[in-house]
Amino acid sequence: MAINLSREIVHSLEREKIKEIGNTNFYLCYQCGNCSAGCPCAEEMDILPHRAVRLAQLGQFSRLIESKAIWVCAACITCSVRCPRGVDIAGFMEACRQIVLRTRKVDHLSPVELDAQLLKELPQIALINNFRKFTG
Amino acid sequence: MKYSHANRLGIFICHCGVNISSTVDIETVKKALTGYPGVSLITDHTYTCSNPGQDMIRNKIREEELDSVVIAACSPSLHENTFRKTLEEAGINPYKLEIANIREQCSWVHSDRKVATEKAISIIKAAVSKALLNEPLTPISVPVTRKALVVGGGIAGIQASLNIANSGYKVILVEKEPSIGGKMAQLSETFPTLDCSQCILTHRMVEVERHPNINLMVSSEVTRISGFVGNFEVTIRKKKTYVNAEKCNGCGICIEKCPRKTDSEFDRALSKRKVIYRPFPQAVPNIPVIDGEHCLYLLKGRCGVCRDVCGPGAIEFEQEERFVKEKVGAIVIATGYETFPIENIPEYGGGTIPDVIDGLAFERILSASGPTGGEIRRPSDGKVPKEVAFIQCVCSRDPEKYFSYCSKVCCMYTSKHAMLYKHRVKDGQPYVFYIDIRAGGKGYEEFYQRASEEDEVLYIRGKVSRLYREDGKIVVEGTDTLLQENVAVRVDMVVLATAIRPSQDVSRIAQLLKASVDENGFFTEAHPKLRPVESMTAGVFLAGCAQAPRDIPDTVSGASAAALMVCNLFASEELKHEPTIAGVDEDVCSGCGICIGVCPYEARELDREKRVATVNEVLCEGCGACTAACPSGAAVQRNFTDKQISSMIKAILA
Amino acid sequence: MEISYYPGCSLKTSAINFERTALSTLEELGIYALELPRWNCCGVMFSQSADNLMLQLAPARVIMEARETGRKRLLTLCSMCYNTLKRSLLFFKRNGEKLKKINAFLKLEERDFSAEGVEVIHLLTLLSELDTSNFKMKIKKIKSNLKVASYYGCLLTRPREIALDGVENPQIMEKLLEIAGFQTVNYPFKTDCCASFQVVNRRNVVKKQIRKIVTSAVRNGAEIFALSCPLCEYNLDSVQQELAQEDETFTPIPVLYISQLLSLALGQDPKLNDFSLHRIDPRPLFKEKGLL
Repeated sequence: MAINLSREIVHSLEREKIKEIGNTNFYLCYQCGNCSAGCPCAEEMDILPHRAVRLAQLGQFSRLIESKAIWVCAACITCSVRCPRGVDIAGFMEACRQIVLRTRKVDHLSPVELDAQLLKELPQIALINNFRKFTG
Repeated sequence: MKYSHANRLGIFICHCGVNISSTVDIETVKKALTGYPGVSLITDHTYTCSNPGQDMIRNKIREEELDSVVIAACSPSLHENTFRKTLEEAGINPYKLEIANIREQCSWVHSDRKVATEKAISIIKAAVSKALLNEPLTPISVPVTRKALVVGGGIAGIQASLNIANSGYKVILVEKEPSIGGKMAQLSETFPTLDCSQCILTHRMVEVERHPNINLMVSSEVTRISGFVGNFEVTIRKKKTYVNAEKCNGCGICIEKCPRKTDSEFDRALSKRKVIYRPFPQAVPNIPVIDGEHCLYLLKGRCGVCRDVCGPGAIEFEQEERFVKEKVGAIVIATGYETFPIENIPEYGGGTIPDVIDGLAFERILSASGPTGGEIRRPSDGKVPKEVAFIQCVCSRDPEKYFSYCSKVCCMYTSKHAMLYKHRVKDGQPYVFYIDIRAGGKGYEEFYQRASEEDEVLYIRGKVSRLYREDGKIVVEGTDTLLQENVAVRVDMVVLATAIRPSQDVSRIAQLLKASVDENGFFTEAHPKLRPVESMTAGVFLAGCAQAPRDIPDTVSGASAAALMVCNLFASEELKHEPTIAGVDEDVCSGCGICIGVCPYEARELDREKRVATVNEVLCEGCGACTAACPSGAAVQRNFTDKQISSMIKAILA
Repeated sequence: MEISYYPGCSLKTSAINFERTALSTLEELGIYALELPRWNCCGVMFSQSADNLMLQLAPARVIMEARETGRKRLLTLCSMCYNTLKRSLLFFKRNGEKLKKINAFLKLEERDFSAEGVEVIHLLTLLSELDTSNFKMKIKKIKSNLKVASYYGCLLTRPREIALDGVENPQIMEKLLEIAGFQTVNYPFKTDCCASFQVVNRRNVVKKQIRKIVTSAVRNGAEIFALSCPLCEYNLDSVQQELAQEDETFTPIPVLYISQLLSLALGQDPKLNDFSLHRIDPRPLFKEKGLL
């Protein structure tokens, strides 16, 4: 199905929100794909990082925030340091996660579902980090 | 000093279509200036620079017997000369003109109509108060030295030199390397016709050497430039080559017998050359030079074999560098480019992987006269690479870490590289990683299509994130943005299309010339569209990659255009020099000499007898540095007097 | 020389041997790291939500504590703490408005928060500033042929503005290890991410990364890893063990904090190292190499 583009879709509220939360202008992206090529988690992603940015450029936010990719991102910042256009893709991904966590009020991860043995042995920085990324 | 007291001044306000009138309310401006002291006429026109506009100005000058004029329009850099001519044709002195810039400095930079209108009124008032004090001036005539200096002996410098020389003028061509030919001499075959680069270049090199009007100075550098358009004085340093070019007969026995080898610059360190060498067999002039940094005799006083075997006795270890002074009327800058060093690109191996090379190195591998005789063998072990990755946009189009601009030639030469590779390694596979293909040029798109259609070059749209060595292969981690999947290729060799940047000489030469360069170090043209081969400094013209990355056809046409501009300049015996320059009030001058120190054009001198400072009218560019620095107020700028400036300030503040 | 020291949570628990060996190494070299009198968790990860200032409060408090000691520099050992504190400090230096807001929020505590007058420094930078000859003189176990792979992970070199060495090919750990007499190996994945916190609920991503990193390091001759991040340590240590159980051909190698190796080279008491905290026991290797 074709994407129906219109001014309303392109000039959306989410676009401004992502720019604000992620503190980055994703319109700088010229789709070279460097972020995807260097992403250690790309294999697990349903859409590659450069495509996520492209969806945002076209205002396709529902597809973007429904994606698994934004949760697979490990925030390692490899994409951001190699981006030739200076787009902070890691910040962009965080903004997408935040939009979901803030608007849907549903956490992506629940501590009670975690394996008790694992909880015991995990260093606390792993857990806190995870909760900061995946819970609102 | 006398001032003419004009009392018949006319103001002409230009709408510039809607460029000015959409932001500045012309009627309000006219109303505000009606009756302003000294103004006898105020009128407007949609386009004052058009023929009807100029006719109107000329008629009004005659009808109203105006003796000075203010034109409120665009920047004086655009039309001051146009309107000066208009005044002259109407019978009044062209320096009785004042331009009030209400476009670039007003309508274009404001959106609030009220504020812009008020500002336009202030700008015009200031121009009026200055115009009332303008003196009639006469341009100064300066003779032209009809000889050109061309800096750089690549294809741009060669083309410009030949064009100027063939027009009958003398040329000094200065090249820092021991031979002319530049980067083009290093190339294998050229896109899109695949003709051999050296075959089409070398006869021109020879033509330069034999041309009676060209004085070729290789292993030389320009170290000082003074003067101005038509009358430059340049100093050229002739570096030590330890070979007397007059005596040498080019037999080459010295090269044969020299016992020491070092990396060949011409072959991008892929082969060795002797310490006494010619950069390449077809070098022009065909005179060897000694590399002082590696010569055993020069370093340790041992050897001297070259001197012993030289029949004509041309080897001169005692040679000193020499400085030559020349007078020239025009200068062509053709200093060329360098490729960005791989050592500075850590994500692509940082120069530690021998089989990751740049495009120029691959040109040498492809070249029949190159280190492998044109056979494709990789540098590390001489094996034929069965899979080769070509990566485009390396450091170009990367404002974040490297350079923002497109290097322009890489799309085409990468197509050529991949194609020539496939021609010679029939069972090999070339991969080209690209972001966009820019093939705008005659026959370029067709050439690129041929690479993928006929030569099985596999184009992959996506930038390579990084590469590394693993088990004797180079792993290239890329992506295919069309397929939306990541791609990893294990190849035997990688060719990087690294960014073109200006030759490192550029900043030095720009300083010598006081010419401006852009944020990337390329020379800035006087106007990007209408004066594309003139620099910001009068009499200095630009050619080739000193100005921006460009291919051979563009370089050659640009160089010819620069040569034509030089010939234009030489067509008249004398030049008119602006009279709006500095003068000295000898009654006030104390002879302190401060002006001499601040003058960037060496136009200031001290008259020892009278103990006052003087101005060389020919050298003075009217920059105003001396008038600002003079402690006694003796230095005055014609038609920019302190009195004029303070009356302008008063007019604005009133 | 005295320097303020911020331990962070892991350095008191799973990485206690990191703290002990780092502090004893520094002491041997004449540096006394003085723990902040009061400290809290740094927040673990610098918040990338530019609009939520609450998430900057934890690092802000740590910085405030450090400023109040009057000492110019604040030492961190854990890579995560380093990254969070340094980025947070930079964030406030660049955003005067946000600094004002935080100050208004902290008013009740009657403390003044400023981003000036204090610097965050990582152990590696501090060590590399030291006089090399003095360092070399103190090395007891000279010329060990132990081949060490430095693992930087993400947080020491990314983003670029806080990188303590080159982003793509840092050398700071290798240089220190070489001074201490170890051999170092080169491999392409030393700044690759181990997939970090994804170990909590996407262990497969971590496993894939660790397999790649370890295989390459081993193939290039590595016998042991040196690092400075407690989360990387857990991931490398525990996941290697798991990989070895699943796949007989996979050879796990021990994972140590860099200070543990330095402490050994300085001839300090091996007990400081508490090797029992590691799943892959390094002791047999150390014995073989004459380090124990």
